[in-house]
Amino acid sequence: MTPLIPPSQYFLLGFFPTILFSFLIPVAGVALFTFIIAKRLAPLVKAAPDNRFDNIPQRIFNLLKIWLIQYRQPRYMLAGVLHMIIFAGFLILSLRSTSLVVIGLSSDFVLPGFSGILGVIYNLLKDYAATAVFVACAIAAVRRGYFKPARYAVPEKYGHDHTKEAVFVLGIIMTLMVSESLFEASEFAAGEHGGFIPPLTLVWLFTLLLHGSSTELLQPLHIISYYVHDIVFFFFLCFLPLGKHFHVITSFFNVFFMRIRKGNIKPVMYGISDEKLDELESFGVKKLEDFTWKHILDFYSCADCGRCSDQCPANAVKRPLSPRFISIKARDKIFNNYPLRGKFLKSESLIGDIYEEDEIWSCTTCGACEQECPLGIEYIDKIVDLRRGMVDEGMVPQSLQKPLSALEKRGNPWGKMEKKRADWSKDKEFAAGCSVKLFEKNETAENLYFVDSITSFDDRMQDIARSVSRVLTHAGVDFGVLGKAEKDSGNEVRRFGEEMLFQDLRDQNTEAILNSGVTRIITSDPHAYNALKNEYSGLPPVEHISQTIVKKIKSGELRLSNVQDMDKVYTYHDPCYLGRHNDLYEDPRQAMAAIAGINIVEMLKSRDRSFCCGGGGLMLFYEPEEEMRMGVLRVQMAKEAGANVIVTACPFCLVNIEDAIKVAGMEGQMEAIDLVELIEQHIIA
Amino acid sequence: MEILVCVKRVPDTAENEIEVNNDGSDISRDDLVYSVNEWDNYAVEEAIQIRDNVGGTVTVISVGDDDSEEVLRREMAMGADKGILLSDDAFNGSDGKGLASILKAEVEKGKYDLIMAGAQADAGAGQVGGMLAAMLDLPYASLVNKVEVVDDKKLKVGREVEGGNVEMNDIELPCVLSIQTGINEPRYVGIRGIRKVASVEIPVHNASDLGISPDTVGGAGSRVKVLDYFVPDLGEGAEMLEGSTEEIVEKLVELLKAKGGIK
Repeated sequence: MTPLIPPSQYFLLGFFPTILFSFLIPVAGVALFTFIIAKRLAPLVKAAPDNRFDNIPQRIFNLLKIWLIQYRQPRYMLAGVLHMIIFAGFLILSLRSTSLVVIGLSSDFVLPGFSGILGVIYNLLKDYAATAVFVACAIAAVRRGYFKPARYAVPEKYGHDHTKEAVFVLGIIMTLMVSESLFEASEFAAGEHGGFIPPLTLVWLFTLLLHGSSTELLQPLHIISYYVHDIVFFFFLCFLPLGKHFHVITSFFNVFFMRIRKGNIKPVMYGISDEKLDELESFGVKKLEDFTWKHILDFYSCADCGRCSDQCPANAVKRPLSPRFISIKARDKIFNNYPLRGKFLKSESLIGDIYEEDEIWSCTTCGACEQECPLGIEYIDKIVDLRRGMVDEGMVPQSLQKPLSALEKRGNPWGKMEKKRADWSKDKEFAAGCSVKLFEKNETAENLYFVDSITSFDDRMQDIARSVSRVLTHAGVDFGVLGKAEKDSGNEVRRFGEEMLFQDLRDQNTEAILNSGVTRIITSDPHAYNALKNEYSGLPPVEHISQTIVKKIKSGELRLSNVQDMDKVYTYHDPCYLGRHNDLYEDPRQAMAAIAGINIVEMLKSRDRSFCCGGGGLMLFYEPEEEMRMGVLRVQMAKEAGANVIVTACPFCLVNIEDAIKVAGMEGQMEAIDLVELIEQHIIA
Repeated sequence: MEILVCVKRVPDTAENEIEVNNDGSDISRDDLVYSVNEWDNYAVEEAIQIRDNVGGTVTVISVGDDDSEEVLRREMAMGADKGILLSDDAFNGSDGKGLASILKAEVEKGKYDLIMAGAQADAGAGQVGGMLAAMLDLPYASLVNKVEVVDDKKLKVGREVEGGNVEMNDIELPCVLSIQTGINEPRYVGIRGIRKVASVEIPVHNASDLGISPDTVGGAGSRVKVLDYFVPDLGEGAEMLEGSTEEIVEKLVELLKAKGGIK
């Protein structure tokens, strides 16, 4: 047969050199793409500063783990594996697509270094990659278009369904795979390429089908498939920045710049020290450009996969919050305010426009969304920044104003008297067996037990304080408490956007702690643990009581008996501020496992997928719109796991879960207990 | 519209354990925290909303000692334009009429279209607004829970009457209103807001500035005198409901229906 004429030498209708297309399509495509990207960069330039150029080695590690290896994808197995195939295929085929563009100008072009054995291996690899991507896209399209998994659904208030765009893009990718394969297969079928054709690939299939066809069929097919690929390739490139597929471009940067530290909240404004905050005209995020550039990049990068909202406890109980739409609504607003053609629009207040007050107050800052996002998009800092903006404008629900005012005046959200903060230790029965040192009475100790507000003042939670004291005493730990000098740790004060009040509380506590002269801080409240460890500075090391317990069990200073009640099936509920925000998953479990014969089961959602109990601190005062309590869902999960005792290690979890047991009508079937109380029950004196 | 709102610094009932002192002359004032009287805070929010709608200024005034400046600042952080402190040792121990006459002297120095006060404050008498209106010879509406501006001569004001119904009244300006809680949702004032107005000058007017003779106000001028504070003896009548949660709820609903608490 006559060899096929390549696109670079072909004349359309016998006179028009198609090489002109080979030249014009990439030039137009690249020019348009550059124009679109320039427009997309504008809001990033106008956005607030963000410090993301630190910790470069860690950032490179994240890039390899989360972007290249796609470490978080298999948390959703089918979708994750499909995505990993398509992603790996894209990486491999990017070389082929680039060289194809040049082949349109010069048919003999080979990428530098690819003329030898490397080229042979690569050709093999890319044929299988294209086939795998094609199959993965086909499965994804059926899944997305026919089976329609629930997490992609778009509630009416958030606009139209996104299925069409998703399936359209899958179609584009499949078209690229088919046209690339046809371009090659037509050449093979014409017999000019004696090389090896990798079996069971698209190229192999098409070559089989086209075998024996005439040049009259193969020649046009060769040319057409080339230009279909060329046009679709550049169309796709320019289509990416117009919607959720922008992540194909931005994910690399988004993962590189993702947050490194855990448990902390961003400063009000990067580059402004606490002392200079009073000089700022405005606080927090009120309009689009108040977000940092990384947060704008987050909005661009959202792939609309819905995993955040699928894990979000607020969304699960139908509070008016879905993290996915925090991103999608902001992205659509940016696209609207920064149009590709025409003038940029002036930004207006986001609250009342794309966000509602209740939506922003609904977040418990549990961090499930951020833990899940395969692209490293963050939400807590954005929510806190939006709350800072609302606090600055006076938009705070009445239910939160009272506790905030009490925190300002009395250092605790209930407005209880400061001097009664250590009254839990004066309980007669308790005081007879265990004495607690008070630093305010000039007593000294090596360790500080930081009790925090709820454990100091709530009748039920005071039991935790007394259990902690007994366990510490048994383990021979020399400790004292601050009493009236202790203020609320302020973990939620900061997270509810009252930054200046948080700083006041932080400064008062820091001074009191440093004055006490202790060398270690122990706390049983994960919110206090988080604040002291991640939001304060210059303090002695902080540990959670579960860490102390494990250390003392290992050293033999704390000995535990066999389990007291063989009928009890325990499950451990990971508090968000111990687990996700501080990676403390093992110590509480080890402490429980040290009780011989204990029967422990794990809930389906545990460790970094733990399900928030309903939120701590100020969240106890907020009255959300919701269909049911988060705690009730959690109690049901414990029941499904076969447990009849929920062990937690956080006073707020205990409040919420104990309430939820009552609300769910499961009194008598389910109970909740703090880890310290469980340990205390099993101490051998 | 020129609006004047009278505010008072009072012990915060939510954040204190109020106890009568040993000799029954007052409540025990050690370890108390203070804030703006809750009713007054609603009045200021309402004034700010009216100003934001129709223009004008909001002035907050308070009779009290130097500490009262902090509540004036808090209300200015909310959005009030000006603050005036009326302070003089001679004002100490004033009864309701004394307070009203001090406020009247300040009101007459300016030209206000609307004067607002909280329906009541810590003394619980609820009399200053009405007395002030009478002394100024202005129309007065008490316990107002709705205000609509009709024009620069007239307001429509509402008051809750029996059964949660609202009675609407026309009232001519200038007038005095005493404001009930729940009329609006007062905005939040954070530490940052107060710091922003920390350096704004707040004029202090004393008895001679106001042309008040010291013997007509304060303890000397009081014609109502507090005799005693005491905790009433616990009476009979408390009924403990017993039984399962469902039974208790059922009994409670019956009782509430019988006593007219729910329909």
